[in-house]
Amino acid sequence: MTTPHAPTPSQTIGPFYGHALPAAGGPDIAPLAHPDRITLHGYVYDGAGDPVHDALLEIWQPAPDGSRTGAPGSLRRDPVTGRPAGRDGVTFTGFGRVPTDADGHWAIHTLPPGGAPYLSIALFARGLLNQLYTRAYVRDDPDDALLTTLDPGRRATLLAQAGPHRAYRFDIRLQGEGETVFLEFG
Amino acid sequence: MTKPLTTNLTKPPSPPPYRSLKLRTPHGPLVRVRDPEAVELTGPVFGVTDVTPLDGDLTRQHTGDPIGERITVTGRVRDRQGRPVRGQLVELWQTNAAGRYAHRRDQHPAPLDPNFTGCGRCLTDDDGTYAFTTIRPGAYAWRNHDNAWRPAHLHFSFFGTAFTQRLVTQMYFPGDPLLALDPVLHSVTDEVARARLVAAYDHDLSVPEWSLGYRWDVVLDGPSATLFEDGEAR
Repeated sequence: MTTPHAPTPSQTIGPFYGHALPAAGGPDIAPLAHPDRITLHGYVYDGAGDPVHDALLEIWQPAPDGSRTGAPGSLRRDPVTGRPAGRDGVTFTGFGRVPTDADGHWAIHTLPPGGAPYLSIALFARGLLNQLYTRAYVRDDPDDALLTTLDPGRRATLLAQAGPHRAYRFDIRLQGEGETVFLEFG
Repeated sequence: MTKPLTTNLTKPPSPPPYRSLKLRTPHGPLVRVRDPEAVELTGPVFGVTDVTPLDGDLTRQHTGDPIGERITVTGRVRDRQGRPVRGQLVELWQTNAAGRYAHRRDQHPAPLDPNFTGCGRCLTDDDGTYAFTTIRPGAYAWRNHDNAWRPAHLHFSFFGTAFTQRLVTQMYFPGDPLLALDPVLHSVTDEVARARLVAAYDHDLSVPEWSLGYRWDVVLDGPSATLFEDGEAR
């Protein structure tokens, strides 16, 4: 055995995390008045095609200059009240968190990633034993190390569709027809 | 008509399956990414603005004391090489002592506690150690199958040094008779791996005339290692 420490197993996030994990400003990764702000949004659907209203998405991405160091301040707390304090309005932390709403819809506001054409997404939900990783590509890249390995149908599930007002649509289908490509690493 | 006696009395039958898996588990295989430039090999960072010193004490978030058995839960967060995960965010959420979440969709007929919300967070220290003071959560009924009850548990969220190390899981209490009956705990099919989700009572962590102590150490890896023992998954 090469690795002495056995990993702690994952368990489902369950249905009742909503009073604990989502935070004010969680979806607003971009500084508020930044001119390059984009919206990334979509729906999450289950294997019956029904919207998943109790999923949590986390987004991790490089800064526009390609930096991957991130910065603190994604989930700030107010030391006076102990309540979520939102972001400071100017720092790009690279990390966002957003729950789906009653329609199964989510949206984040961010800046285009630099040095990589995608934002990384971890999806948590009741009924998922592990988080599911996927990527929302906001630029198609014929040389991308992952996209080149996928057949066209599967590949298309990772491409966010550009719409008006700098909004990109990225739906996630957990199961069945049009099932999103989910990733593992290592 | 009598049923034949089971031949293996030490191995009780597995609990019914976790029902919510059915429409949410992907059918396709996970696509393995081996790109050393993958963004997921880095991850978010947190700092002192993301927590306050009181966030780790769930018993002091309201004007009064919550009802229940006060506990302290602590442990170390490490990677598979044993290196401490330093300065990272740990989040905890749970029911109150009666087994109810402060969440409007939880309508389990148990009382809410006005002095307990059940959410906490802290940063790991230089040793990778986290610590919370809270109250012991209660068991609760759910509708997975007839007479289904979840054992008392704490939900935990951990960030590692890479996005691939992200871990959301649940901690259980030793000696709970409901552990053997829980579809969620048994969604981890390996018995040895399951045992790693059960904390140890540690009398040295108990604070005299104040709280009972539990130790629960955590090792971060990634999702691919969660259902299998070493060697099976990779």
